[in-house]
Amino acid sequence: MSYTIEGSTGAWEVVIGLEVHAQVVSRAKLFSGAATDFGAEPNSQVSFVDAAFPGMLPVINAECVAQAVRTGLGLDARINLVSRFDRKNYFYADLPAGYQISQYEHPIVGAGTVEIELEGSVTKQIGVTRLHLEQDAGKSLHDQDPARSLIDLNRSGVALMEIVSEPDLRSPEEAGAYLRKMRTILRYLGTCDGNMEEGSMRADVNVSVRKHGEPFRTRCEVKNVNSVRFVMQAIEAEAARQVQVWENGGAVDQETRLYDPARGETRSLRSKEDAHDYRYFPDPDLLPLVLDEAWVAELRAGLPELPDAKRARFVAEYGLPTYDAGVLVADQETAEFFEGVARGRDGRAAANLVTGDFFAALNRTGRTIADSPVPAAHLGELLDLQADRTINGRIAKEVFEAMVETGQDPAAIVESRGLRQVTDSGAIEAAVDQVLAANPDKLAEYKSGKEKLFGFFVGQVMKAMAGKGNPALVNEVLKARLS
Amino acid sequence: MSLDPATVRRIARLARIHVEDADVALLQGELNGILGWIEQLQEVDVEGVAPLTGAAQMALRMREDAVTDGGYPERVLANAPDRVGDFYAVPKVVE
Amino acid sequence: MMPTGLTLAAARDGLRRREFSARELTDTHLAAIEALNPRLNAFITVTPELARAQADAADAALARGDAGPLAGVPLAIKDLFCTEGTRTTAGSRILEGFVPPYESTVTANLLRDGAVFLGKANLDEFAMGSSNMTSAYGPVTNPWTRADGAKLVPGGSSGGSVAAVAARLALGATATDTGGSIRQPASFTGIVGVKPTYGRCSRWGIVAFASSLDQAGPVARTVEDCAILLESMAGFDPKDSTSADRPVPDFAAATRGGVRSLRIGVPREYRSDGMPGEIARLWDQGLDWLRAEGAELVDVSLPHTKYGLATYYIVAPAECSSNLARYDGVRFGLRADGADLTELYEHTRAEGFGAEVKRRVLIGTYVLSAGYYDAYYLRAQKVRALILRDFTEAFAQVDALLTPTAPSAAFAQDDKMDDPVAMYLNDVFTVPASMAGVPGLSVPAGLDGQGLPLGLQVIGRPFDEETVFAVGAAIERAAGFTHLPEIRA
Ligand SMILES: [Mg+2]
Ligand SMILES: [Zn+2]
Repeated sequence: MSYTIEGSTGAWEVVIGLEVHAQVVSRAKLFSGAATDFGAEPNSQVSFVDAAFPGMLPVINAECVAQAVRTGLGLDARINLVSRFDRKNYFYADLPAGYQISQYEHPIVGAGTVEIELEGSVTKQIGVTRLHLEQDAGKSLHDQDPARSLIDLNRSGVALMEIVSEPDLRSPEEAGAYLRKMRTILRYLGTCDGNMEEGSMRADVNVSVRKHGEPFRTRCEVKNVNSVRFVMQAIEAEAARQVQVWENGGAVDQETRLYDPARGETRSLRSKEDAHDYRYFPDPDLLPLVLDEAWVAELRAGLPELPDAKRARFVAEYGLPTYDAGVLVADQETAEFFEGVARGRDGRAAANLVTGDFFAALNRTGRTIADSPVPAAHLGELLDLQADRTINGRIAKEVFEAMVETGQDPAAIVESRGLRQVTDSGAIEAAVDQVLAANPDKLAEYKSGKEKLFGFFVGQVMKAMAGKGNPALVNEVLKARLS
Repeated sequence: MSLDPATVRRIARLARIHVEDADVALLQGELNGILGWIEQLQEVDVEGVAPLTGAAQMALRMREDAVTDGGYPERVLANAPDRVGDFYAVPKVVE
Repeated sequence: MMPTGLTLAAARDGLRRREFSARELTDTHLAAIEALNPRLNAFITVTPELARAQADAADAALARGDAGPLAGVPLAIKDLFCTEGTRTTAGSRILEGFVPPYESTVTANLLRDGAVFLGKANLDEFAMGSSNMTSAYGPVTNPWTRADGAKLVPGGSSGGSVAAVAARLALGATATDTGGSIRQPASFTGIVGVKPTYGRCSRWGIVAFASSLDQAGPVARTVEDCAILLESMAGFDPKDSTSADRPVPDFAAATRGGVRSLRIGVPREYRSDGMPGEIARLWDQGLDWLRAEGAELVDVSLPHTKYGLATYYIVAPAECSSNLARYDGVRFGLRADGADLTELYEHTRAEGFGAEVKRRVLIGTYVLSAGYYDAYYLRAQKVRALILRDFTEAFAQVDALLTPTAPSAAFAQDDKMDDPVAMYLNDVFTVPASMAGVPGLSVPAGLDGQGLPLGLQVIGRPFDEETVFAVGAAIERAAGFTHLPEIRA
């Protein structure tokens, strides 16, 4: 079941490590008081610090530090109480200072781990090497003017967390699962909105290939891939390319590449290669970042329940299968909605209703949990009406659809439409007698031993009772009459 | 360690300072003069000494997360040698 | 016309007593600038309208009785401080046409206290130099002259600031010191200069040269005047992460403290064999004065002092190579043509930077580059730690140190220009205190054989400028230095 690429010389294993750049959720930038909102007018969220004017100095935003610590704690990682900021020096149009303030030698967060789920509820631990804080760059627009590139510095200086994984991933699927899991954790923590379309989460993908049992071969870094799907495609394309190179007797050289989704291939990014000497050194405008242990403990105490813990609790508390629990916790709102339905009720029934009819209704109506046509409370009441036999399962589906259309609560719908289940034996006996009288031939066949016609009679009786008959009582009365 | 012409050109490129071929030799001489003089540091015993980054002997102060700056595109663009609308403009970058 | 020879303190008191108006005092200095700046080139930019407006505002405040401590006091501002609405050049072509949309914290503090800004003082390009010969706006001439009539340098990098004050074009000036740029030029022009403790004055809005060393300070004609100015310039600034959150003491009062029973250290390593006799004798003279005033002299050792300069010429260029990367022709200042972005950068920086700045940026780029970082930059940081340890140990035994400020008096404008290293040696006595971040003061103590001023340097504990002022004032009183430069208003 392990992923390999079949080359002319045999099977190749793919080795993948990911560097995720996650934009920190904060009001202001990492080292300036300018806003971080997405999609503002060009250069309208730029301070003189962000534009690197003469004499401007950085002052760190406490919330960005807190977010990095929360994320580190969420990844079960070591928090470094002393870390430092370094300058990464290179010239680029969207890097106003000529250097990016980052953390090179002493990151704020050390080694941690992320558990990913694969098919057949197989799980795998992926090592996280480190997490550090750094500044985002501005944006260059190359297609607005025939001769010039235009620079917008709104994003310049926004806080990023660079989260580096160990080369523990072995397939595009594992890489996809890792990214999705990382996004879920960040969203649970509220430290990054995980919105890859708006670029608030990007990945650099390090790919190499090797024969089984070999040490690592040369890797290439595919930069700035901005969707889970593209990351998986880029890995396939890049791995295939490298197998080609090796098998044609060539050698893969370590380089930075870009993934072109249109062509479905990666291409070399030589432009950045030529001056690959970043001259890192400690930023003399800043001092060592020293964290107070008590503050870290405070942040730890404030962490929400994370997906793995929540999944385990759903299994234990609601008796759900691990897979279903995993589906429900993948998104925090879904998990909360489910608990709104399930609390104090049959967890499995709640899970079936939410992941079944409810999700189907959302898809059909193009709604999300956020603007759900039915509140969790109503779904709970619907389950209660079934539990106390006010309605039966078949009617429940009808009531649910009515709830989606009208937004009314289930009890009201049952009353106004007279959908209560009939348990009065007199009414049931009358219906049974009427059905038997109407079908003398079938009755004869049954008597002569064609016992599977019993189901036919049940159906007819229910039909006669507009589906409201209590199934158990209907069976009882029929058996009595037919024996 | 002394610089050869190729290294002089390489660091000039890294520093984005154009150097005329005619000036490389002079620059090489001056830089090697300075580097040769700096060599004296190699004789200092720094065994087990922790590097000192700056003179300020304190920890980093943090500011609160509030929007207190920005919102003045005209002021950040007023000194720009070239602009298009509210964007800075540079010769087209091809990637 | 009223005299320009007043001390800042005397002028301040005269203004308060309404003996003359801020407008009169300012006009007198503007006239002096008009008359002498063509000879001295001490100012890159003169701002008469602004100065008169500020003077009138000061007169109004004085009349109302709510004037600040510096109300109406005319100052020169080193052109490294960003001043809102007034072009700021850093002595470099690359900032051509740059008008800051903000005011540096230090100059804002002076304006808050009512000071009048006469204009922007000349300096070595990006404060890189010890002669003011590297300014893109031309050299500054020292108002002191030599028997042979050679034009002398005022020292650097704060050459315009000290020339303006020595020639009486301003009552005081702001300056900055990275390796000696306040103390050495003060010594060369016979005035007082103070480099406070690193973190005492905010660096916000000062064009950066070497962030871990840069520190603003005052130059003036007396120790008390420097104390008065520093009190306004200093103070905690949340916009500078390296600014110290400490109260600003009454420095002026400290100048009257005296040196009785203070322990004054005499660092033996400073007495190099190469030291000119007259400088050694002046140093001994200064020590005698302090002993006579009741101080106790203690022989101390600063073994790593001799490595200060070499360390400095790794650390400062490394930091400046990164700090000056922002001058790329995109957002402000000079832009040269280029077919592509890289060419634009390379041509802009080739045309915009002068020879000395290029040398330092290239050295800095080299010592940080792959394969050389450990041998140069990292080693320099370790030696810097040893230099700081030297001072820490010395200050466990003494309250302050006394040394010469510079190894020579002012030299001719055409000297040393061909040999960068010879030029660097000017800062041999001032650099160690910069590396350690401790406060230093230069006070004129006498003349050399050619009639040129020589200064003595007082070095103190971190954030103990008060003792430095007390010792400096004691030497000032004992020396009774009353000589005046030939060129003056
Ligand atoms: Mg990367
Ligand atoms: Zn990064």
